[in-house]
Amino acid sequence: MVDRDTSLPQRALALSVALLVVLVGLPMAATTLAAITGDLSTLNHLWETVLPRYLRVTAVLVVSVAAIAAVIGTATAWLVSAYDFRGRRLVEVALVLPLAFPAYVLAYAYTDLLDHPGPVQTALRAATGWGPRDYWFPEIRSTGGAIFVLSVVLYPYVYLLARAAFARQGGSTFLAARGLGLGPWAAFRRVSLPTARPAIAAGTLLVGMETLADFGTVSYFGVQTFATGIYQSWFSLADRSGAAQLALGLLAMTLALNALERRSRHAGRDVGERTGEPLPPVRLTGSRGAAALCACALPVLLGAVIPALHLVRMAGGAEQSLFSERYLGFLANSLTLASIAAGLTLAAAICLGYYRRLAPSAPRRRAIDIARLGYAVPGTVIAVGLLVPFAAFDNALDAAMRAWFGISTGLLVTGTIWLLVAAYVIRFLAAAIGAFETGEIRVTENIDAAARSLGHGPLGALWHVHLPLMAPGLASGALIVFVEVMKELPATLIMRPFDFDTLAVQAHRLAADERLDGAAVPSLAIAALGVLPVILLMARLRRS
Amino acid sequence: MDIEAPLLSVRGLGRRFDAAELPAVADLDLDLRSGEILALVGPSGCGKTTTLRLIAGFIRPDAGEIRLAGTDVTGLPPERRRIGFVFQDYALFPHLSVAQNVGFGLPRRPRAAAAARVADLLASVGLAELAARMPHQLSGGQQQRVALARALAPAPGLVLMDEPFSNLDAARRVETRQEVRGLLKAAGAAAIVVTHDQEEALALADRIAVMQSGRILQCGTPQEVYRGPASENVARFLGGSNVIEGEATGETAMTPLGPLRIDRTAYGRVRLSIRPEQIVLTPAGTGTTQGEILGREFRGHDQVYWIQAEGANLVALTHGSADYTAGGRVGLSMTEPAILLADG
Repeated sequence: MVDRDTSLPQRALALSVALLVVLVGLPMAATTLAAITGDLSTLNHLWETVLPRYLRVTAVLVVSVAAIAAVIGTATAWLVSAYDFRGRRLVEVALVLPLAFPAYVLAYAYTDLLDHPGPVQTALRAATGWGPRDYWFPEIRSTGGAIFVLSVVLYPYVYLLARAAFARQGGSTFLAARGLGLGPWAAFRRVSLPTARPAIAAGTLLVGMETLADFGTVSYFGVQTFATGIYQSWFSLADRSGAAQLALGLLAMTLALNALERRSRHAGRDVGERTGEPLPPVRLTGSRGAAALCACALPVLLGAVIPALHLVRMAGGAEQSLFSERYLGFLANSLTLASIAAGLTLAAAICLGYYRRLAPSAPRRRAIDIARLGYAVPGTVIAVGLLVPFAAFDNALDAAMRAWFGISTGLLVTGTIWLLVAAYVIRFLAAAIGAFETGEIRVTENIDAAARSLGHGPLGALWHVHLPLMAPGLASGALIVFVEVMKELPATLIMRPFDFDTLAVQAHRLAADERLDGAAVPSLAIAALGVLPVILLMARLRRS
Repeated sequence: MDIEAPLLSVRGLGRRFDAAELPAVADLDLDLRSGEILALVGPSGCGKTTTLRLIAGFIRPDAGEIRLAGTDVTGLPPERRRIGFVFQDYALFPHLSVAQNVGFGLPRRPRAAAAARVADLLASVGLAELAARMPHQLSGGQQQRVALARALAPAPGLVLMDEPFSNLDAARRVETRQEVRGLLKAAGAAAIVVTHDQEEALALADRIAVMQSGRILQCGTPQEVYRGPASENVARFLGGSNVIEGEATGETAMTPLGPLRIDRTAYGRVRLSIRPEQIVLTPAGTGTTQGEILGREFRGHDQVYWIQAEGANLVALTHGSADYTAGGRVGLSMTEPAILLADG
């Protein structure tokens, strides 16, 4: 620990941290303000028309997805932790693969696969000789379909945390329970599962937050949730206060889940570090081994392999080419946004993390807590929360400049990519802070002190010691942000400058126009980049 | 009074970490001359590491003043104090080679000069061949020497060392501390070495300061402090001690163990320190008083006896060959005078 000082770089650092906290707080504050000062008659109208449906559908969606993802994630984590079977090493890492896909990409793939003219129903008709109207087939573009898609793409959040919790609790308590006469199932149910419960709860709540934030899947499936409701109010109805009121409702739900998630994570920490030996895996052979392998392979097939293969097939039949000038333009726009946002988000995380590290104190930790909160704010809410104040600012500035100087400044802020970049920074700062904090473990407090005693100031120590030591962790953090920006849909859709389309926006547009083959082209490009951080994650899983 | 100002002068230094707790360091005064090695000793939690970190500037004092070569550095950040620091865990930069570690504090110099300085330092600590190694490829003793070379590189007038030998095994520790003393003396650097090992302090330092509860109890040469502990705590911490009460009548005092010669003239009720090695054991019936052996620990070249004599529990240190059986009786006598404790 090095006590604080008040040198110039320190003050600059303090200022940038203050600005970041304001930036992250701004969309939440602006949404709240716009909602409560807005026309309440809109709310009445919403309440009489769509709000009950939004509430019901959103609740059904979140609860179902969270429950299914919790079961898949926990069961697979337990299978790969407590048992050994042929193929276990493979599925253990492959189970995180769905993280590479944005949910909406899976939605496009499954719609094409399961629709009436799709290969599944065509094969069914060919095999049975039924006519087009002779049978019932589940409609993928429904609430149930959204539940399916979101569950198979989001369960890895639970899987990762549950697997880590099972690894951390070690084998001694489980073996102690077995020694006290419990069978393996009873020991799991009464000892291992309760010990891992905080981690599982945290993962499940993350799934809930992601489900609330999802826009691409539900909007394509025509499922009416808060996220689609905000978008509709904003664009179709041009109803700003209605959008803000819906956004405030969504924000309240995600913040509540976020608060619960943090409580669970803290509870999980009390369980402590690995005690004693790891769980000795029980060897499963023959049909039992095969069943375990199937149970673990099924989520991977549904969440990654089948949609990926089908996307390749779809893209093969598309007239769109990723290497046409138009698509290279989308790609360039996506890469530009993603690189700028990743660089700035990383810089912001370094400012926040290093500021706290220089003098750990309650206010400095709170600054990081607030900065992390941006993760809980769905893209639609950030968009509304930033556009409302900055559009007002632009309009006021434009009016003032015209009145005084006779020149029009137009959309000075909202017409550029910078407001959108700010939205990305807010939304993904938590991931970069996480990378900083993971990397920071390598740098002991004495190493800071050593650099300082050898004549380097705080910034010199950061440059010569911290950044080189933390480089791998920070790079993977930047990569995660980069890919999340590539995948991000709702904020990009609402906030992008006119005529500035990205791969995600183009995929959404083609899908909305029922040109799914075409949508597969940008979707595949997004998934190909999305797989990069997942490969890093899989390499880490392999080593542990 | 010394004409030359001391290299380091600390006055009234205080630091409290938690308002609800006692201060870690309270009203501490300390002077250090150029080139002098001071050992700061005391039980764990006595505030010695905090004192070191306050002097280095890693933490700021709530009260007091730190002067370095006459200049007030109390408000300066660590990077502007030019004080070398050797950490208990060495804190070598894991991404830099041995040579880069040693050269870390030598920036913006002519490259050739910096390289020559690094080579000189590595040669002086006997690690010239390991210049290109990474820290994790070194043994604990080698890491320790790199840490010292790194701290000495910017030629600081003062080096602070926090438990520098605690991560070495016992055999390495003894030879390393004489090497370190030689290197510090050769570099002309003054040093404050924090240790909880009293033997290390006695062997390494020109002067010893004994700390407890954030204060310095006594400061002096190893001989002064060992032979004339100012208080029971100092006596107990340095070399262990038997403390008994007695009634002084000038040169001698009446104690439960019989009349004992004391090191200074005193009258009235006194507390006396008797070092374990001052107690001589002889067969039962001989000596000035008789005791019962409660326990014994054979350590090779010496052995420790726990003895009860006249209601006092005593520790005696004898030759390895002086064999008495536990539970048996033994005669005791004292060599040298008993030490009068000031806080008696």
